[in-house]
Amino acid sequence: MDASTFFQNCVTGISLGSAYALIAIGYTMVYGILRLINFAHGDIFMMAGYFTIFAIVDFHMPWYIAIIFVIIATVLLGVAIERAAYKPLRESPRMSIMISAIGVSFLLENSATYLFSGLPRAFPELGFLQKVYHIGDISAPIVTFITPVVTIVILIALIYLVNHTKTGMAMRAASKDFEAAKLMGIEINHIITITFVIGCSLAAISAILYFSPRPMVYPFSGLMPGLKCFVAAVIGGIGNIPGAVVGGFIIGIAETFLVASFPSLSGYSDAFTFVLLIIMLLFRPTGLLGEKIAEKV
Amino acid sequence: MLKIENLHIHYGGIHALRGVSLDVPDGQIISLIGANGAGKSTTLKAIMSLIPMTDGRVSFDGTDITRMQTRDIVREGVVLCPEGRRVFPDLTIAENLTMGAYLRKDKESIAKDTKWVYDLFPRLLERKWQLAGTLSGGEQQMLAVGRALMSKPKLLMMDEPSLGLAPIIIKNIFEIIKEINQSGVNILLIEQNAKAALEISHYGYVVETGTIVLCGPGKELLTNDQVRKAYLGE
Repeated sequence: MDASTFFQNCVTGISLGSAYALIAIGYTMVYGILRLINFAHGDIFMMAGYFTIFAIVDFHMPWYIAIIFVIIATVLLGVAIERAAYKPLRESPRMSIMISAIGVSFLLENSATYLFSGLPRAFPELGFLQKVYHIGDISAPIVTFITPVVTIVILIALIYLVNHTKTGMAMRAASKDFEAAKLMGIEINHIITITFVIGCSLAAISAILYFSPRPMVYPFSGLMPGLKCFVAAVIGGIGNIPGAVVGGFIIGIAETFLVASFPSLSGYSDAFTFVLLIIMLLFRPTGLLGEKIAEKV
Repeated sequence: MLKIENLHIHYGGIHALRGVSLDVPDGQIISLIGANGAGKSTTLKAIMSLIPMTDGRVSFDGTDITRMQTRDIVREGVVLCPEGRRVFPDLTIAENLTMGAYLRKDKESIAKDTKWVYDLFPRLLERKWQLAGTLSGGEQQMLAVGRALMSKPKLLMMDEPSLGLAPIIIKNIFEIIKEINQSGVNILLIEQNAKAALEISHYGYVVETGTIVLCGPGKELLTNDQVRKAYLGE
């Protein structure tokens, strides 16, 4: 692999990793509060892809309004799912709410197939995002360069929110002890809603960035990215926001280089992610930046 | 003042409280003593709407707070300092206190109360930036009390504040409870340490298997034969 190919792969890998990181943050934050792996998160991400298509192709919105529309629609979907499928199970055993999440995942995939048909739909151009840009020998669509920047900015904002605002403090408090948090006057449902709003807006932004350099969206588009980002969150240490970003980068970069270095193995790139997961669970089950105490899922 | 009338609770399939009635008049320390599982904690949790009550009525300062949302009860000035301290381990001492003042907006009076809490517990000031999870049991109890005070209680309910602490720290905690009461906060205290609790209480109630079996001024209960036998080990 010569230098320019190497750098080209770096740019692609970092960009893919950033998109994964945004999804992984959603998994990790919801887990942090509810101790729930939200298996529907990847499908919420897929729905955000469809929302983008509707906004631009069917509603002819300008791209900057479309982005806002997609974020709002995705957030509404996510909050509705929380209210309908998770909130009624708040007092139930944790396994029930997890099964409910798996159910929602299937529901979204199959509803999308029914409503939008199983045929892939072309992903539209959003303003300047797909214009190819050259830096030296490296050329890639602008979105590839923008994605890591967006992710880092969001990460910094989130870390500020969680560590330095009263809402963030309440989120950290609630994640450890619902009952004690209630005694402070913290409204747990309010905190959970905020968590879903953040997670789903990031999934929406990620969908726009992830699908832009790719040709299309279909009802199962969220399945693999969703699972990979769950793995990313576990590798980083589930419940830990910077950990989710680190995990996202690791998977994105590793996957890109695996495919580039061993083109014959490209069919196994998805399997490779899960090999990483197994290795991680064997040697460091709490993840790279995770809490010391192992939590039973 | 707090008034509880005929409180019934079914909890985990058992009739845990069977018609408890009690009063916390203004300016007093009232204690609720009784063996493990008698229903003391259940009573406090029910007042805070943390567990549902089957029947009964709770009013505070003339307002009916039965089945109100927990946050609205806290707004009314009824605050629970829970059993086992329950400080937020990943938050610093300062952040734990901020959480105590979660519903309050007035920065000036929050700052004043923060200073008061640090005056009551100088150790907390020394370790302001330390994570609560790294504190000793006694320090965590101080933080739990301080955090509850940050909610600006009119009535502070304390569930087993002496549990698992060294005797010297227990003495300190009970002195501080008196001091808090003298500053104008009513106190409803739950204790297995019946002697220490009754000594500082104006009035006490004895709970057995979900009902109040005895009540009277703290000093009188201390000399009551039944109480001495069952709870003071004499």
